[in-house]
Amino acid sequence: MSLAELLQYLVTGVTVGSVYGLVALGFTIIYNATGIINFAQGEFVVLGGLIFYSLYVAAHLPLVAALVLAVAAVALIGVLMERLTIRPLINSPVVTLIIITVGVSVLLRGAAKLIWGPEALPVPPFSGEHSLFVGSVAVHLQYLWVLGLTVLAVVGLRLFFDHTIVGKAMQACAINSEAAQLAGISVSRMVQGSFALSAALSALAGIVICPITLASYDGGALLALKGFCGTIIGGLGNGLGAVMGGVIIGILEKLGIGFAPQGYAGYQDAFAFVVLLLMLFIRPSGLFGRQRTEGI
Amino acid sequence: MMTGSVLLTLSGVNAYYGQLHVLKGVSLHVNEREIVALLGANGAGKTTTLRTICALLKPATGRITFAGKDIVGMRPEAVVRLGITQVPEGRQLFGPLSVRDNLLLGAYTRLCAGRKAEVLEDIERIFELFPILGERAGQRSGSLSGGEQQMLAIGRALMARPRLLILDEPCLGLAPLVARQIIHTISQLRSQGTTILLVEQNARAALSIADRGYVMETGKVVLEGSAEELLRNREVRRAYLGKDYEEV
Ligand SMILES: Nc1ncnc2c1ncn2[C@@H]1O[C@H](COP(=O)(O)OP(=O)(O)OP(=O)(O)O)[C@@H](O)[C@H]1O
Ligand SMILES: [Mg+2]
Repeated sequence: MSLAELLQYLVTGVTVGSVYGLVALGFTIIYNATGIINFAQGEFVVLGGLIFYSLYVAAHLPLVAALVLAVAAVALIGVLMERLTIRPLINSPVVTLIIITVGVSVLLRGAAKLIWGPEALPVPPFSGEHSLFVGSVAVHLQYLWVLGLTVLAVVGLRLFFDHTIVGKAMQACAINSEAAQLAGISVSRMVQGSFALSAALSALAGIVICPITLASYDGGALLALKGFCGTIIGGLGNGLGAVMGGVIIGILEKLGIGFAPQGYAGYQDAFAFVVLLLMLFIRPSGLFGRQRTEGI
Repeated sequence: MMTGSVLLTLSGVNAYYGQLHVLKGVSLHVNEREIVALLGANGAGKTTTLRTICALLKPATGRITFAGKDIVGMRPEAVVRLGITQVPEGRQLFGPLSVRDNLLLGAYTRLCAGRKAEVLEDIERIFELFPILGERAGQRSGSLSGGEQQMLAIGRALMARPRLLILDEPCLGLAPLVARQIIHTISQLRSQGTTILLVEQNARAALSIADRGYVMETGKVVLEGSAEELLRNREVRRAYLGKDYEEV
């Protein structure tokens, strides 16, 4: 493989990886607030893409308006999910709650199929079919959208958690929910907020990636699994680790294609799981350690 | 010390952890501007009583009133807004967050209401009360010494401007000198108008500043009286002031 090819795979890997990273961050936020692994995370991604399709492609809304509305709509779905399915049972064992999220995921996928149909829907790239050339490496402009919005989301989230009282209160709940309650913080509000944030991040991931992958009702499971791999690699509960974990998965996946023998490139989706299994065997606490207490 | 009308009452409170009957008809009261000590051996149900007052645990039966209001069934944050805060057993700081952030979170309700200037003034007042916290303002609270952590836990609770401050074993694990300082601070807080309910293993220290006290045993209040009475009581001396009893 030439250097240019290697760089090309790296660029692609970092791009899809940052989408996995956003999904991983979504997992982390809900996990930190509740201890739940949310199996409906992938559906948030899918709904982001599909709602964005309806607003941007079908209803011809301007890009930014469609993006913001789609993210807000999915955040609302996250809030409703928490309100209707998690809160009534919040004192149940975590396993019960996790199984409920599996149910919600099936429900949302079915609803998406009913509304948007079984076909994958094409979404045009935000800035057309142009590429930026860095030397001989082509960077599709959509990749820049993906990277830019991911960085924006991660930085924004960091600022939110470190510099606003509500962000600090969310961290406090993750660190010690009883002490947070004694400080007058409503834990159920914070849990609701975590679902909103997590859904919004996943929706954003689904929106920026859909021009590359098409928007389809059943694309969530795979993205969610890869995002989850990122979460584990980063150390369950560690927000920045999760983003890094997602990026690592993306890079390994694309490099895997590059290095795979002829005819085996179709196995790219398996790389993430091989890495996940190795990780769970060798270093279950993740590359960056479990730092659940650090909030995101 | 002049004490006022009844602020907190528990009457016939029963509480369970699952099947385990932990509080068996607990009744007690705290008057305004009083320091009331709650004594008892390990596992007697002191912490459970405090958790029930703060709505972390819902009583199965019984009444709890604060300033005339029935507070059973309220959410914990609503109880805090009414004016009860607790310094929990083992301090329970937000360890990865800074000293300042812990204090800010203590005033969460007021910050959400946009009263930031007032909250920042209160933080300065906490730093006057515990100067060491001011020096460590930016430090991770988890890296403080035990005594400093206890001061921070008290400071965080005071940030809610409580009418009733509840403390669960604030001197546990502290060096005698630091423990004495904490006890002194508590009596100082009372003279500034805060009502105090104090659980403390060190019965002598607690009774030295308390007006009245209750003794719990296996989920029941078995003894109550003024601090002097309890200090003189044979049972109390035997069970909680062991060393002193031998001296007699
Ligand atoms: N979370 C819990 N789940 C089940 N049982 C509990 C729980 N917390 C306490 N208990 C039990 O309830 C009883 C009362 O405990 P509690 O913590 O109220 O005692 P305490 O008087 O505060 O004791 P200590 O002086 O050791 O702090 C004990 O028998 C204890 O084992
Ligand atoms: Mg206790």
